[in-house]
Amino acid sequence: MFVEAGHFALALALGLSLIQTIVPFWGARTNDPVLMSVGRTTGLAVFGCIAFAFLALTVAYVTSDFSVVNVVENSHSAKPLIYKLSGVWGNHEGSMLLWILILALFGAVVALARNSIPLKLQANTLAVQGAITIAFLLFILLTSNPFTRIIPAPAEGQDLNPLLQDPGLAIHPPLLYIGYVGFSISFAFAIAALIDGRIDAVWARIVRPWTLGAWAFLTLGIAMGSYWAYYELGWGGWWFWDPVENASLMPWLAGTALLHSTVVMEKRDALKVWTILLAILTFSLSLLGTFLVRSGVLTSVHSFAVDPERGTFILGILILFIGGSLALFAWRAPLLKQGGLFAPVSREGALVVNNLFLATACATVLIGTLYPLALEVVTGEKISVGAPFFNFTFLPLIVPLLLLLPLGQTLAWKRGNFLGTAQRLYAVLGLSLLATMAMFAIAHGGPVAAPLGIGLGVYLVLGSLNEIVTRSWSRGAPLAVAWRKAAGLPRSTWGAVLAHAGVGLTVIGIAATAWGVEGLATVKIGDRIKAGDYEARLERVVPRIEANYREDVAVFTIFRQGHELGSLESMKRLYVTRGMPTTEAGIMTVGLGQVYVSLGEVQADGSVGVRIYYKPLVLLIWIGALVMALGGGVSLTDRRLRIGAPARAKMAPGAPVPAE
Amino acid sequence: MVIWIILLLMTAAAVMAVLWPLSRHRAITAEQLDPDTQFYREQIAEIERDRERGVLQASEAEAARTEAARRLLRATGMTANAFTNLGEPALRRRRAASTLALSAIPIIALALYGAYGSPHLLTHPPKEQAQAQGERLDLLAAVSQIETHLAQNPQDGRGWEVVAPVYLRMGRVEDAVKAYEAAVRSLGPSADRLSNWAEVMVLAKDGLVSSEAQKIFEQAVKLDKSSPKARYYLAVAAEQDGQMDKAKQAYSELLAESPEGAPWANVVRQRLAGLGVEPPVAEQDNAPQIGAGDIARMVSGLAERLETQGGSPDEWARLIRSYAVLGQRDKAKATAERARQALAQDEAGLKTVDAMARELKLTDAEP
Repeated sequence: MFVEAGHFALALALGLSLIQTIVPFWGARTNDPVLMSVGRTTGLAVFGCIAFAFLALTVAYVTSDFSVVNVVENSHSAKPLIYKLSGVWGNHEGSMLLWILILALFGAVVALARNSIPLKLQANTLAVQGAITIAFLLFILLTSNPFTRIIPAPAEGQDLNPLLQDPGLAIHPPLLYIGYVGFSISFAFAIAALIDGRIDAVWARIVRPWTLGAWAFLTLGIAMGSYWAYYELGWGGWWFWDPVENASLMPWLAGTALLHSTVVMEKRDALKVWTILLAILTFSLSLLGTFLVRSGVLTSVHSFAVDPERGTFILGILILFIGGSLALFAWRAPLLKQGGLFAPVSREGALVVNNLFLATACATVLIGTLYPLALEVVTGEKISVGAPFFNFTFLPLIVPLLLLLPLGQTLAWKRGNFLGTAQRLYAVLGLSLLATMAMFAIAHGGPVAAPLGIGLGVYLVLGSLNEIVTRSWSRGAPLAVAWRKAAGLPRSTWGAVLAHAGVGLTVIGIAATAWGVEGLATVKIGDRIKAGDYEARLERVVPRIEANYREDVAVFTIFRQGHELGSLESMKRLYVTRGMPTTEAGIMTVGLGQVYVSLGEVQADGSVGVRIYYKPLVLLIWIGALVMALGGGVSLTDRRLRIGAPARAKMAPGAPVPAE
Repeated sequence: MVIWIILLLMTAAAVMAVLWPLSRHRAITAEQLDPDTQFYREQIAEIERDRERGVLQASEAEAARTEAARRLLRATGMTANAFTNLGEPALRRRRAASTLALSAIPIIALALYGAYGSPHLLTHPPKEQAQAQGERLDLLAAVSQIETHLAQNPQDGRGWEVVAPVYLRMGRVEDAVKAYEAAVRSLGPSADRLSNWAEVMVLAKDGLVSSEAQKIFEQAVKLDKSSPKARYYLAVAAEQDGQMDKAKQAYSELLAESPEGAPWANVVRQRLAGLGVEPPVAEQDNAPQIGAGDIARMVSGLAERLETQGGSPDEWARLIRSYAVLGQRDKAKATAERARQALAQDEAGLKTVDAMARELKLTDAEP
């Protein structure tokens, strides 16, 4: 009964979205504030309806209502409660429902912002948001309905894909979707600005928190997905250049560029058209990601929905929104009032360089992802574009960007002084070189790139922190004053410093993977297996039976140069309902590095194939991403109004210009 | 009945979400109508605060203020056009919007829900469901209890015999095969036990009677000549081997010796009809029809794909088996030949295909 009410609520949401699209838009055209204000209440009502539908599906999962096909296909009554909950979005239909739930939630938040958004902009934005909701509601209702019933109900469900029965995967999709869908708000604002034909610093200020929030969540979502792949797939890799990963990386790159160009627009009232285009492209790439993952054009772990009909539908949505918005852009963008010009050597100039690099890097990933698909369509040949392609194309674009990053961060607005800026970074450069040389001295062998990578990471971290130091500490000043000044710096400055330092940490973590060591052997109980300084001794293999799986648990004792560090468990599981085996790697964290033990086949004589890795500093990869997202969060709390203060030429070159 | 009232209330609430703002006149604040000037005023105030805190130097603050003031002037010039709030056209627009909401929302919701929902389940008694769930939980608890018991006493044949059909119901076919096997080992063979065991083996192979299963059925018939299940599956085996006459005879005999209203009679009649024999008594069959067309379509799709794009040895083997199950032995033989050509380079693949051919007794076609 509840399920049917949820289904009805979804249909009701469609009718409401239609009103949300038509009436406020009509109001904006005729300058009628009453019609425009309809967008607010309908936005809230749409959210209410979709939230109710989502709740109904969740209840069906929790109570194991096997009269719902979706529950039968993806749940099992013996599954732990957390996976009954995560099972709601651990499948195609449910994840699309989560997608529009987040979409409607953001629409509702826009609707609630009564005084901070101009009425006309709000009305147009909600209308665009409503149009997106219509498209995806139709997609769900017509092709991917989670509320389809089956009577008589089967006695038991088919269980969730075991790979997805994992806490990491329980929270990965919501984080990622908040990121993807958050960019839909930036997109809706951009389209609204195009329709209205005006865009200014007010617009940039309103859009900024949305872009920032979406970006922070997308960062977390990607990091979570990467960590999940690392420990669950049992290969010890953390990034595979898999098309699904690329699908989330592309909006991230474009979103990062958008974030930076919005700053220029807010402070200098420039780069308007480019910012609008980026907002459109970022959401288009989010849609493309949804299409790649949801249509099943890729065959990979993530494509748990394989159905050509759905693919065609999403492709239609894709063409409608991307084609439509770009056409609107081509038509209306020339009408927008252009901002001022600026000098090439300045903060805004540096941000333009950042945008160019990021956009090119994004295009590279796009080509690497779509080329194999296009080739398969045209010639039927199946190729995979993997790490070598991206190492040759993506890295040469990203490394110069990272090298320029601290410079750009130190430059002043409007008129920068390149030499003066470089001088302020001398100490940072020196320390980074020192770190690089130290790494060469410590590490025997290993690729040359690794110490250089570490040096680059150190340079990024120090370069970011340098920003705080130079702006709060002057020669001879007491530390207390400097501290007070540093604490008084705007949150957005701290946010930028944190985010950039996070990039540095991730770079260090990635560079250090080159020193990873591994060992592979078939061991019996009592045998040891070695990877670098680390050794694992197989103590025992015991079977264990849980509610919906059984597993062989291998217990290892870990030694470093003969000293015992503790024990870890590595598992090989069999999920009985699906008859599917999974590997659960045993991981021990030592400092920032990890010992990673993954089980192979258990032989008839009781010996086990074991793979052991030691990965130094590997945690920094994800800690860096967390710090980046934290930076986004800190910046989000900054409610300051921003305006670029031009520096007078007569000012002393050493005195930095506040860049909040 | 209650549910219909709930749906009605939901619809009413949705429509109200549109009508309510339409009925209000003064819902909009002045700030929202003219937000730009407000924005720049706040900005100028902020610059002043910064200067007092010492974050901005006086000269910088002055420059920033000038820039903000310049933008403020530009903004005030732009928002001069007033909003139309009152008057006859506004009233008409409001009426049109109300009518649209009143008609579109219920019609769309009802049409889509009617087309894709299951309104007949709205009044489905929830009691039945709760009961089913209680049974399920009992069942799971019982299974895990039996499993624990059997892990300690693997010789308990009765336990294996009890748990086997439960496994089957839960979709754990392989486990059911093992359980029956264990039951036969501990309790010794009987016609029923043997034919149940072999039957789950057949289910595990998607309906194919393997030679292994066939031997067990033969053993069961030796123990009890009348065992209908074993005789039925032996006939199916004959059919799959291409011995149509033998199959026809076996089915007819089974039907003739079956008591009136035997549960298997209809299935046997269907089999006979499939072989082109008019069954003795044509009775309306209530069992759901297996979509023969669907299966044929799937098989031909697989065949086409393998022919044009090639495939793994397992896929070839599956195609061969599918033809055999459908009784198209010539095609199965031809496919085996074809697979051998396609997989000529793949030694392990050839083995898989040959093993399948032997299992299906297609070997006479081989050189």
